[in-house]
Amino acid sequence: MSGKTLMRGTHVLGEAAIRAGCRAYFGYPITPQNELPEYMASKFAKMDDAVFVQAESEIASINMVIGAAAAGARAMTSSSSPGISLKQEGISYLAAMELPAVIVNMMRGGPGLGNIAPAQGDYFQATRGGGHGDYRVITLAPAYGQEIADMARQAFDLADHYKTPVMILGDGMMGQMMEPVEFPDPVDLATLPRKEWIVNGSKGRASRTILSLWLDPPKEEELNWRLARKYEMISEDIPDQEMYLTDDAEFVIVAYGTAARIAKGAVHRVRESGMKVGLYRPKTLWPYPSKALKGLCEHVREFLVFEMSMGQMVEDVRLAIEGQRKVSFYGRPGGVVSTPEEVAAILSSAYNSKTN
Amino acid sequence: MSLKIIFSGFGGQGVLMMGYVLAVAGMKEDKHVTFLPAYGAEVRGGTANCTVVVSDEEIASPIASSPEFVVAMNYPSMIKYQNMVKSGGTMFLNSDLITEVPAREDINVIKVPANTLAHEMGSDRSLNMVMLGAVREITDIVSGKSISLAIETVLEGKKQKLVDMNQKAVTVGVDFILGSK
Amino acid sequence: MKKIFSRPESLKDNPFHYCPGCGHSIIHRLVSEVIDELGIKDRTIGVPPAGCAVLAYNYFDVDMCEAPHGRAAAVATGMKRILKDRVVFTYQGDGDIAAIGTAETIHAANRGERITAIFVNNAVYGMTGGQMAPTTLVGQESTTTPGGRLPVRDGYPLDLSAMLGLAAGSAYIERTTVSNPKGIMRTKKAIKKAFETQLEDKGFALVEILSPCPTNWKMSPKDAARWVDETMTKIFPLKVIKDVA
Ligand SMILES: Cc1ncc(C[n+]2csc(CCOP(=O)(O)OP(=O)(O)O)c2C)c(N)n1
Ligand code: SF4
Repeated sequence: MSGKTLMRGTHVLGEAAIRAGCRAYFGYPITPQNELPEYMASKFAKMDDAVFVQAESEIASINMVIGAAAAGARAMTSSSSPGISLKQEGISYLAAMELPAVIVNMMRGGPGLGNIAPAQGDYFQATRGGGHGDYRVITLAPAYGQEIADMARQAFDLADHYKTPVMILGDGMMGQMMEPVEFPDPVDLATLPRKEWIVNGSKGRASRTILSLWLDPPKEEELNWRLARKYEMISEDIPDQEMYLTDDAEFVIVAYGTAARIAKGAVHRVRESGMKVGLYRPKTLWPYPSKALKGLCEHVREFLVFEMSMGQMVEDVRLAIEGQRKVSFYGRPGGVVSTPEEVAAILSSAYNSKTN
Repeated sequence: MSLKIIFSGFGGQGVLMMGYVLAVAGMKEDKHVTFLPAYGAEVRGGTANCTVVVSDEEIASPIASSPEFVVAMNYPSMIKYQNMVKSGGTMFLNSDLITEVPAREDINVIKVPANTLAHEMGSDRSLNMVMLGAVREITDIVSGKSISLAIETVLEGKKQKLVDMNQKAVTVGVDFILGSK
Repeated sequence: MKKIFSRPESLKDNPFHYCPGCGHSIIHRLVSEVIDELGIKDRTIGVPPAGCAVLAYNYFDVDMCEAPHGRAAAVATGMKRILKDRVVFTYQGDGDIAAIGTAETIHAANRGERITAIFVNNAVYGMTGGQMAPTTLVGQESTTTPGGRLPVRDGYPLDLSAMLGLAAGSAYIERTTVSNPKGIMRTKKAIKKAFETQLEDKGFALVEILSPCPTNWKMSPKDAARWVDETMTKIFPLKVIKDVA
């Protein structure tokens, strides 16, 4: 018997975060991710070394994250689209102050108040920085329950390693859906690398400052260069993707998260009628796994990007392909979830229109 | 094999528990499973529903636009889902609360008097597991043993009596189908 | 003769989506009646919240403009500053007005904005499923206060109305309830006065209305109403908090 449990995505994320050493959670209710703060509240109530605060707003909660991260804790906040917009100021500060933190966005239909159905309209916001200034946020895109657990662990490790905010970009359906998962053993906090930069009182050492104000432009430029070098390193180190049936594929559909699951179902169906199609699924959205995607141009004639939006990631695909192949797009925004049959029909007609 | 099933009724009928037990049973057989409860505004007004997918392959979408099976525990659920059932699929009706049948010729209908059977076995609240027993017997999605194990997992930490009662209710549902064959 | 149960003109003929026993339905009706009685239906603009009343525009038959969660007072400020001869009201829950929107509300009151705020206090976040609100009572169960609200961990219930009373720009602040017939009559009077305060150009006006949420309190409508009368009013006493007259 395996050690699997059937859990909903929000709870998986919470449990995996706690096992990854998260000891500080700050949030504000918003559907469809309320079960995550509720999970953290119930678990942290039984732990002496963990802090849960329901803040008065998303703005307050991200600023609490800044404080806890500066104090050395593995800190997390979560929300859904409208709340993530409010957090952007704080995320910009986290990036500038080089503080590690994990931010979860269970995307819903937008813009505005929108609705509570699953959507992918926040891709630009997540991958382009989102707030003001010249920075990026590592963005991880799980598609399966098990991957939510794995990426939660990875997110905290990456955040600490690179001293930068990391976003887990899911959607409303992923948060509600239950799938079997297996959790890794909890990390022993004592074994994590010591953070020699935190502010916890200067007893026995010179005092430190964590800040984002550099009045002297050359100093601010220096920060920007340092961040740029860091982002370059991240772009070398961590791009990741799943390639499914791409080895002999002539035509590849590119999708992430929930859309990628649906696309995979479509690939299955289209393969059954003998068409050589495959799926390219980025697991990191920033940095975008461009190299492997471009490598596919050797034998892939054309790409179709499928998103639950009006087309955002498609720009990264086009940048990666560098005009070498045609890239077409299919999208369903607003919280509409396509069926694999629907996407299969689009995929096979795109495949055939090229062959003819 | 990939089967999708929607469970639907009103709050208090144990609709989510039905789906949850089935999904856990599938997991115990190392199958791919997803369980998707309705959430948010959709659950206002006291209705409850969930979708379970049990499959030998990775599951593309946890949503069922044309499920093989639908379990309707009350009349509004039958009305809501009758047109979605896949042609050749099966609709299970709680015949204690639903006296009509779906207006379709191309699907099978299984009527189970879940309230009555649960009442007769001395546990009114077990109507959901009675229905699940019937579903198991007709669909063969998972084995009876897995359902039994799943009930133990789901009710872990609860009184043994409750576990026994739920397992017994499943048998009552199974026997009802066997008896009516 | 006046029919008691006829639908006010300012209320659309749409069935409420609110749960049985919910205070929102009563308060909608009272606000509509007041708008009718003051004859201001065609020059009133409402700002609904994010909250269970997010669909208020389906019910109020006046112009309505949505605001982001908590920002109603700011949206209403912008509107009223442009439309000085119009009547602008906000309709907000406790989470909306007293948590995420605290700053906007306090500063609108302090500037003496000529707006009317209807503040529905049900001691929980209704829409999102029963999490702690700023007004949740000590010991009260919510989905984010396991074991009940615990002051050292979760703080104390916030009396926003008392704070608003301290703002120099506020003109009329009263707390009422819709949990019993007498309270409902009083609430209507208070709502009327809050609109009149705006019409008389006196300053910021607000009515805080204690309102049952049977669903998230997990009580019958009857018990929920009794809980307001017997428990909630102890922490949030019914009274006129400010009246510059
Ligand atoms: C920025 C942002 N954060 C969170 C939400 C989710 N949200 C919608 S309503 C609400 C609070 C509802 O509580 P309350 O204001 O007390 O009104 P009630 O539903 O109880 O009437 C929240 C947190 C949102 N819409 N926007
Ligand atoms: S959840 Fe509470 S506040 Fe919302 S409609 Fe129902 S009773 Fe009213």
